Amino acid sequence: MVDNIAIKVIDVRKSFKLPHQKNDSVKGIFLNLFRRKKSYEKQEVLRGISFEAKKGEFLGIVGRNGGGKSTILKILAQIYQPDSGTVEIDGNLTPFIELGVGFNPELTGRENVFLNGALLGFTKKRMMKMYDDIVKFAELEQFMDQKLKNYSSGMQVRLAFSVAIQAKTDILLIDEVLAVGDANFQKKCFDVFESFKEEGRTVIFISHSMQQVIRFCDRAILINKGQIVADGDPEVVAIEYDMLNDETQKNNTSRLKPKTTREARIIEDILSEFSEDDKLLEVAAGDGRIVKIVNSLGIKMMGTDSINGKKTSPVRLVAEQNTIEDVTGLIITDNRPSLTDEVLQNLIEDIGNGNFPKLEKIYIHMPFHHYQSFVKNLDPTALPHIGDRRDPLDLLRKLSRYGFEAITVSSYGDLAFQYRTFVLRKFDEDYKEAIWNS
Amino acid sequence: MRPTIAYQSVEMYNQWISMKFFSRIISQKNIAIFTQLVAADFKIKYQGSALGYFWSLLKPLMMFSVLYLVFGVIFRIGDSIPNYPIYLLLGIVLWSFFAETTQNGLQAVVSREDLIKKIRIPRWIVVLSTSASALINLVLNLVVVFVFAIFTGVDFGWTSLLLIIFILEIYILALGLSLLLSALYVRFRDITYIWDVVIQAGFYATPILYPITLITDPIILKIMILSPIASSIQGARDAFVTSETLTISEIFNSPYAFLIPLGISLTFFVVGLLYFRKQSKYFAENL
Repeated sequence: MVDNIAIKVIDVRKSFKLPHQKNDSVKGIFLNLFRRKKSYEKQEVLRGISFEAKKGEFLGIVGRNGGGKSTILKILAQIYQPDSGTVEIDGNLTPFIELGVGFNPELTGRENVFLNGALLGFTKKRMMKMYDDIVKFAELEQFMDQKLKNYSSGMQVRLAFSVAIQAKTDILLIDEVLAVGDANFQKKCFDVFESFKEEGRTVIFISHSMQQVIRFCDRAILINKGQIVADGDPEVVAIEYDMLNDETQKNNTSRLKPKTTREARIIEDILSEFSEDDKLLEVAAGDGRIVKIVNSLGIKMMGTDSINGKKTSPVRLVAEQNTIEDVTGLIITDNRPSLTDEVLQNLIEDIGNGNFPKLEKIYIHMPFHHYQSFVKNLDPTALPHIGDRRDPLDLLRKLSRYGFEAITVSSYGDLAFQYRTFVLRKFDEDYKEAIWNS
Repeated sequence: MRPTIAYQSVEMYNQWISMKFFSRIISQKNIAIFTQLVAADFKIKYQGSALGYFWSLLKPLMMFSVLYLVFGVIFRIGDSIPNYPIYLLLGIVLWSFFAETTQNGLQAVVSREDLIKKIRIPRWIVVLSTSASALINLVLNLVVVFVFAIFTGVDFGWTSLLLIIFILEIYILALGLSLLLSALYVRFRDITYIWDVVIQAGFYATPILYPITLITDPIILKIMILSPIASSIQGARDAFVTSETLTISEIFNSPYAFLIPLGISLTFFVVGLLYFRKQSKYFAENL
């Protein structure tokens, strides 16, 4: 195998026999023997999956439920046997399909730690060495001799996670184990993930939360109906994933209701920030759901601009249409930070060129955690450009050259994924004067 | 260069397993898993019961008391045998060991579904760990047998140690059956009821309560003693309790007759192991 490849999967196929009626009884077997009839259905879960993970890569595998992502993880963990195809793994591998495997409520915390540790492949000697660290990390010092059944579910998860992260293997498989725990503990988990990344370990992370994948992964793979449909930059894969979800949403009658709390929040914001006189345009948003919902609530939205999986210049695309002169408000809502950067960058140029003569208000709703880590970790002189991600505050400052000033800034979200909302308003000289005088 | 684990379709996987199979069995990791599972089982088993571990001893003793009262005192079946109480107790203890090992072993894989589906531990460890708790019980029970034997004035000699060989023979059979049954049980859930009946029938088909000398038909006698359990129990009694016990070599008139039941035990063990190995790859998806 090439030296820098940790996992290589070539054309793996897997199908399950789904019995119409499960043959759990000997009677059923005999009956079927005489009938000579197949009483099961073959369900192809993986139809030729091929991918590679480089050493030190943080690879996300996303997909809708039933798409085959858990099956591929179990094949990598050698719990399932592939029907055909090759899996090559270079290095030691620890799978975390579930936290706290083997935990028994009747045993004490200490006993469970040793049991779980052994199942994860630690020898007794190593467990003795690690025990204090585990307890300390879980913050459960005074509870270790109590039975697990007296723990809260949060405490159980904390204990399980603390054991799990002790695995010093080269490759880790993680399956949505972060879905639980309070905000404080979640932050701890994310810190551990960051440290995995820094230590250069290979991590395969399975999730249906695109936000977590964007946050941590260097690369993402989208699996749908047993095949890889997208592979590459997590933000680009996120767009494909959105589109995939929308396709199935189309048949839903609940189309005109906000799908997520984020969407509901945006709509609420729009209704409070803009009036019926405004002519709004939504850019860099995706599927136009927000437009439809807002329209149905009485505010005039002129349309939306959707991007087909590529980082294009949406504002320019819109500018080519002839509706531009009337636009009084812009709404930028996207959960891909680099795309929001791109849009803002182009918007600054467009405004500079006089493309939006009547534009008065800009509403921006964007993920902000990337920038937070910029501010925290980096030398300020490096701020404006990190890779292709720009400091949004810098961009907003540029907008102020054309008279746009931030009038409200608010944020919401969790530690993993924080959104920030900016509302900018154009203040011309007359208006400023009027305010001063009043 | 780190070792590369690669497996290619089913054939490659089999090769990979077989090449490393034996060197991997007794690794530090496997020992840790095994001891932790056994310890957990042992701790959980008597949680919340006041007498705790003593139940392991009391159960066969109570059964012995009832059976001795009925067959020894009322029916006077054992009058012809010296030390009949200890003769009966040893038979019950050995049979209970066999029954417990196979009945628990049968459930081993299914009851550890959570582990099988979630992590990559060697599957045979779950079967072996359930048999270990039966072994612990056996040792505790043998202590009782030993104490009893001292009080009833049994003569000990070097041949008493042969008991260990006969226990080993029963264990090999029980382990082989556990492997076979636990793998079958994943797919056919009726097995547990069938096996309960087999155990029940086996208890009466084996000379435990009654002395084998009660069987007068020589053909039935020969068939009966070919069972590894029957021949082991008779052998153990011969070695430990009284040399007046009728053993397989006396029935067949050959010192090598013991090889037949031993062969049966080993055959079950090999068949069980092979079937278990073949099926174990699909446990996670069949459960």
